[in-house]
Parts: sequence; structure tokens; C-alpha cells
Amino acid sequence: MTEINVLQETTSDDGLSREMLLNLGPQHPSTHGVLRVVLKLDGERITGVDTIIGYLHRGTEKLAEDFTYTQVIPLTDRLDYLCQPSNNLAYALSVERLLGIEAPPRAQYIRVMMAELARISGHLLITGALPMDLGAMTVLLYVMREREMVMDLFEMATGARMHSSYCRVGGIRQDLPDGFVERARDFCDVFPKRIKDYEQLVAKNRVFLKRTVGVGVINAAEAVDLGLSGPNLRASGVDWDLRRDEPYEIYQELNFEVIGREGGDCYDRWWCRVEEMRQSVRIIEQCLDQMPDGPTQVDDPGIAFPPPKVKVQESMEALIHHFQLAAYGFKVPRGEAYVGTEAPKGELGFYLISDGTEKPFRVKIRAPSFVNLQALGMLVNRGYLADMIAMIGSLDPVMAEVDK
Amino acid sequence: MGHAFCADRKVRDMDIAQLLAKLHADYADSIEQPEMGLDMPSGRVDVTRIDAVCRLLKEDPDLRFDFLTDLCGVDHHPATPRFEVVYHLHSLSLRYRLRLKCRVDTDQEVPTVTSVWSTANWHERETYDMYGIRFHGHPDLRRIYLWDEFDGFPLRKDYPLRGYQDDYNPFGEPPATS
Repeated sequence: MTEINVLQETTSDDGLSREMLLNLGPQHPSTHGVLRVVLKLDGERITGVDTIIGYLHRGTEKLAEDFTYTQVIPLTDRLDYLCQPSNNLAYALSVERLLGIEAPPRAQYIRVMMAELARISGHLLITGALPMDLGAMTVLLYVMREREMVMDLFEMATGARMHSSYCRVGGIRQDLPDGFVERARDFCDVFPKRIKDYEQLVAKNRVFLKRTVGVGVINAAEAVDLGLSGPNLRASGVDWDLRRDEPYEIYQELNFEVIGREGGDCYDRWWCRVEEMRQSVRIIEQCLDQMPDGPTQVDDPGIAFPPPKVKVQESMEALIHHFQLAAYGFKVPRGEAYVGTEAPKGELGFYLISDGTEKPFRVKIRAPSFVNLQALGMLVNRGYLADMIAMIGSLDPVMAEVDK
Repeated sequence: MGHAFCADRKVRDMDIAQLLAKLHADYADSIEQPEMGLDMPSGRVDVTRIDAVCRLLKEDPDLRFDFLTDLCGVDHHPATPRFEVVYHLHSLSLRYRLRLKCRVDTDQEVPTVTSVWSTANWHERETYDMYGIRFHGHPDLRRIYLWDEFDGFPLRKDYPLRGYQDDYNPFGEPPATS
């Protein structure tokens, strides 16, 4: 918060009334990134709000038009940087739809498992960050401890903590390393107990309840009209989850509950995320149990990347082939496809148009945070300045995804 | 959870073929050639009627397209008409998806659908910001990502990937006007 502009000052029998303009962000810890909000205030009441985004705009869609289909994958990592594997998955699924291929079963299980780990990673952060914004610092430190375990699993499987780029069109980059399954099981054993700890710390905390219950209520009709998705939509009483309703990959073979609440306030949105982490653990356990052996990439040397290293080192043809795939990529037949997936923040969809070359003609990212954040303008108009911090936190926008 | 939006999800009595048949029968004059694509049915709409068609689709009790998933522009430079605006509709209660596409010429305005779904507000601002497609009747058509003084529309195919050269961007292309 920098300076305060007084727009209008009136003195009446009730006392002094001032209309002020207050600038919040873009460098403010509670806006979770580079979000700027210009507020019109009457005392502490918000009378107008202008949400200003774009400080992190990198032109991902423009860049993608100049990249081959494989090169776009690292760009998707940088959308929702808390949950990279689910971004990779959404993109890979769209390209696979255009190509008319499907990843082999083992790859599908691994992708789903990584996407659910990503969901835990994303939800963990907001489980701790929302209370922290409201003054309860402790729980953030606890969630970071568990998030580190997820990060370690990412690092073990992909070699990178943050920008994993694990999915490939038609599969994943490499199979899971030895010891991964055991470590993931350890995590699944420990984690539900830790969720209880978080709940003990904040779920019944009187200050936290006062700051979130009944604050920023969105009813079901408004939520649908605003295009909310993910936990934000389900907290408003709309029973909608793409994993169940439009199952992709192997989700129809898994048992899990869709978590929802009726109230649609900040607390409900927070609560949905905490409960969803329990379901994610269930999904991961089932993936570990049911995962078949087999290839992790589609059996098509024209698409599967990278080709097996042993062959590249032994045969000239394989080396040329590798070079071709790396430098020129593969051609995707002319067409268009939209595939929506249930990412941690909501419906993440990629709308791809191919003109038959190695590079996409158009990549449109349906970023859930972008759509969800729009609700802020409507919510805030009803509340106090202090409530706005809770509203931003509970909508859980990731600015990298908002700004693309 | 037993809300109006999901109560009768399981009673979807039409499949995709019937949806297409209904579009052919009842929307023959507004949606051209609806047909199944790789992912969902897709059809063309005359741009001047897009807001009316969207409202009809939303209010039709057999379709109930209550959710606008996405709205975006596409540039087909140098073809004419140059642009396309693509709408992805979704019916949460009946689980249909539908894609509507409008051809838009340069300088042609598109009627806004913000009065049908308020979520269209930011989508239309983004489309304006990236392509310069103007939406007629939009309550607040400003740039959304880029700053107001920005010159050009970056997702257009004739806009260079590295932008144009200026004080802050020494690697850009030389300005087009010179």
C-alpha cells in the first residue's frame, strides 16, 4: 500500500465521510503475486474495485505458435508453477486428441499420480497461505514441510523440483526410478495425519472462522455465471468435477469422492481444498496399487520423444531420427481440439488449432485462475477492506496462470 | 449436494447424435452445419447474431448452455475475413459441450455476450487486447494484460514474435512504419 488519494470529503451529521482511492499491490504479500487492486473506499467499506493484471504477462500463447509441439511443454510448466504436472497433462492430452493417440496404461497411471501430487502441492500452499494472510502464521510452516516431501518426489521422478516437464506427447519422459513407489507410499501414510494437524491448528480457530465464515459468499447461480471452476465452484454447491463427469486418462477406474459445500464463502472454499487433498491421497494409493508394468511411451517412433538413448548411441539412423525429432518435431494433422482437465485451480483447457505443420497454429489456454480471479470484482463490492485479503486468498489465483 | 445445476445430470436423455439433430432441426437458420469434431460438436454462427444465438442456447430447456468455458480469437491473416472468434459453451447440468465460431472481418464489431454470461467480460477484454477485435456493447472494453499505451495487437500473425524495436526492446524488429 503506498499512497492514499482522497477523492471526496464530506461532513454530515454522522461525522466525516471520506471517499478514498487505495492502491493495493502489485508488490504486496497478500496478493499472492503481482496482482494490483485499486480500491475505492468509503471509510472501511469498499465501494468500487478495479482489478489490474498483466504484470507477469509473458506471451505464452504467442511463444507457443513459434515452438514445436514438444517445446511447448516447458512453457506450460510456467503457468501454474505450483502444479506443473497437471499443466503438462492438460496440454499433452490436447495434442494427443489431435493426433488420435493415447498414452499406454502405465504412463496414464503415472501421469494421474503426478497430477494428484501436484494437486496436493497446490492445495497445501493455499491451506497455509490463507490463514497466514489472516494472521495465523504457524500453519504455513507446517504445510511447507509436507510440500517439501512432494517436491522431493517430483525431483526423484523428473529431476526437477519446480519445472518438471514430465509429460510428453504420447507418454512421459522416463519411467519412475527405483524406490519411488516406496517413498510415495510413505508419503501417503504420513500425510493424512498431517492434514489433521492443519485442521487442528486452524479449522476451528475462532479468529480464522470470524474472518472467513460468511465472508465473500458466492451462490451457485453466480458461480456458474462467473465461470468459476474447481474448488471455487464446488464450494458454492455445484457438484461438478471433470475427473468424474468427463473422465480422462484412467480416472473412471479410480474411486474418489467429489468434495463440495453449500455455503460458498471463504471458509468453504478453503475447506474444500483441505478435503480434496485427502481424496488425492486415496487416488495416489490406488494408482500405486493398480499401476501395470509396460511401456511409458506410445509405440510410434515418429512421436515418442526422446528415443531410447541406447539406440541413439549405437545406430546412425537413430541419431538422425533423434535430431529430426528434436530440431523439427513431428507433424500434427490439420484440425482443432479442446480438452479440459480438472487442474487444482479449476478447469484447465487447451484449445489447439493445427495447420498440419510441426508448430501449433493457435494455442489458447483456458486458465482457471484467470476466470476465477474475475469474481474478485464482484465479491469485494460487498465487503470491508480487511475481508478482501481473505477473498483473494480463498479464490486461490496463481498470477503466472492469470497472466499467461 | 443436490443443487439445481446437478440434480438431473443423470437424466440426460439425448446423446451427441440427438443433440446434433436438435441443432439441425431447431437452429438451422442460426447455426450453420453443426457437426461433431474431434472433441465436441462445432458450428458456425453469423457474427451479427451471436449474442441472440447464445441467449437462445442458454435458455433452451433441452440444452441449457449455462456455462461459458472459453472465448478466444484466432487470426487467419492474410485470409479474409481475417479473424475468427470461438466460443466454447458448456451445459453443466446436461454435460454437453458446443463450439461456436464466427468469422469476423477487420474493423467489424462483435456483439458482446457479457449480458448472457458475465464471465465473458474478461475473455472479451483479452481478445480485444490480443487481436484488436472490438466487442460492441461491452461494459468496460480496455486492454487487460498490456498497458493502455501499447501499440499493436501481439497475437496477430503479422505482429513479430520479438515485438518492435524501442528503447526497452533493442532486439525487436525495426518499426513497421519506417
